[in-house]
Amino acid sequence: MYLNSITIDPDRIARLADIAGSSLQPLLKGAIFYTIPLAMITFACGLILAVITALARLSAKKIWRMAARFYVSAIRGTPLLVQLFILFYGLPTIGVVIDPWPSAIIGFSLNIGAYGSEIIRAAILSIPKGQWEAGYSIGLTYRQALVRIVLPQAARVSLPPLSNTFISLVKDTSLASLILVTEMFRKAQEIATTNYEFLLLYSEAALIYWVICFFLSILQSRLENRLDQYVSR
Amino acid sequence: MLIFIQRLKKSFGDNKVLKGIDLEIEKGQVVVLIGPSGSGKTTFLRCLNVLEVPDEGKIAIGGQTMDFSKKVHPKAIAEFRRLTGMVFQGYNLFPHMTSLGNVMEGPVTVKKESREEAAAKAEYFLAKVGLGDKLEAYPFQLSGGQQQRVGIARALAMEPNVMLFDEPTSALDPELVGDVLKVMKDLAEEGMTMIVVTHEMRFAREVADKVIFMDGGVIVESGAPDKLFTKPEKERTKQFLSMIQ
Repeated sequence: MYLNSITIDPDRIARLADIAGSSLQPLLKGAIFYTIPLAMITFACGLILAVITALARLSAKKIWRMAARFYVSAIRGTPLLVQLFILFYGLPTIGVVIDPWPSAIIGFSLNIGAYGSEIIRAAILSIPKGQWEAGYSIGLTYRQALVRIVLPQAARVSLPPLSNTFISLVKDTSLASLILVTEMFRKAQEIATTNYEFLLLYSEAALIYWVICFFLSILQSRLENRLDQYVSR
Repeated sequence: MLIFIQRLKKSFGDNKVLKGIDLEIEKGQVVVLIGPSGSGKTTFLRCLNVLEVPDEGKIAIGGQTMDFSKKVHPKAIAEFRRLTGMVFQGYNLFPHMTSLGNVMEGPVTVKKESREEAAAKAEYFLAKVGLGDKLEAYPFQLSGGQQQRVGIARALAMEPNVMLFDEPTSALDPELVGDVLKVMKDLAEEGMTMIVVTHEMRFAREVADKVIFMDGGVIVESGAPDKLFTKPEKERTKQFLSMIQ
């Protein structure tokens, strides 16, 4: 331990303040143009995948259930970082070359699809059977009962866990830096390698993640309140 | 003959719930099903709406026949369901829709009516069940009796040939039962064909054209209410009636 290096002189503080100020803009750019869009696009794609997978798991056809189980098991059973490396560094060895940005979108979407499917499956199962039956009794088909009656109610149930997943995703996008996506954390790394102020830049990046997630939690509770309008509590 | 039911059978695993039901119902008749719990009366009603798919037998309603000895297509089931309106014991209203939304759902989604047309119709039926002032209320804002009346309006809006009631007042507080029964009585007087599973014997006496006593998955005895309630023929019927009266 080299505790003596902790002593900080006024010049150093001025330098740090200067770096913090000048790096803020590139970091925010990374967040606004890469981190946030990456999270939003992959969440949207992942959610579609999650609903399809959840319905496959609940299907009467065994082949669909098996396929969905296999997909969820494979994605949940392997590290996200390893999946990204397979997509970006592994596939080129068999001639499949995918750019960093699409690699990241595919990798993260597959992840959200798997984890989200379990949330949506549980939410669908939590809707009382009587709701399906009431739908059927007025002549709705399975698909109509699902879309009109069950999914809107399941959406409310799945909102808190899905928000959790989204917040995790925002932070997990930092892994995309390792497959050369110039998102916020990669920007922080790049700047830090020029001035060696790792603590400052990584802390600054951490703070920006925190601020983003803070606003997301506020958004979540607003959305919950809005969807609560038809439920007495 | 509006409804014709032939040798209807249904089992859940080894449990034979319906052991061959034959029944004919005329247009405008009100039929009340009574019997001990586990007698199969609710399952029978659910078979008519094909919420349970019978194992064997035929059901014909208004000229359309379903033969359950053959495999039936889900599309055909959905079509057939439109002939019957179902009112559930637990109301089963859609909690994310207003009264109006609940009643409009069938006409808009199934019958593809325009929203204006469906809304006008929904308003008419909600007024009919005495809820003309609760159009924009969500189910949680309504009492049990009001919710059940929305349930009745929702079924009526599909303009079914026959209304099925599965213990419509069993989940209600006693003081709310009257409103629901009144609506049902009015419907009967207007000539609606109805099949009602209920424990409300007074309703059966006053409104029913025919009372059917079911036990052990078969129809034990049926007849006009004053005859069945005062001079039942079968021993089993006498036993049941003495227990509930």
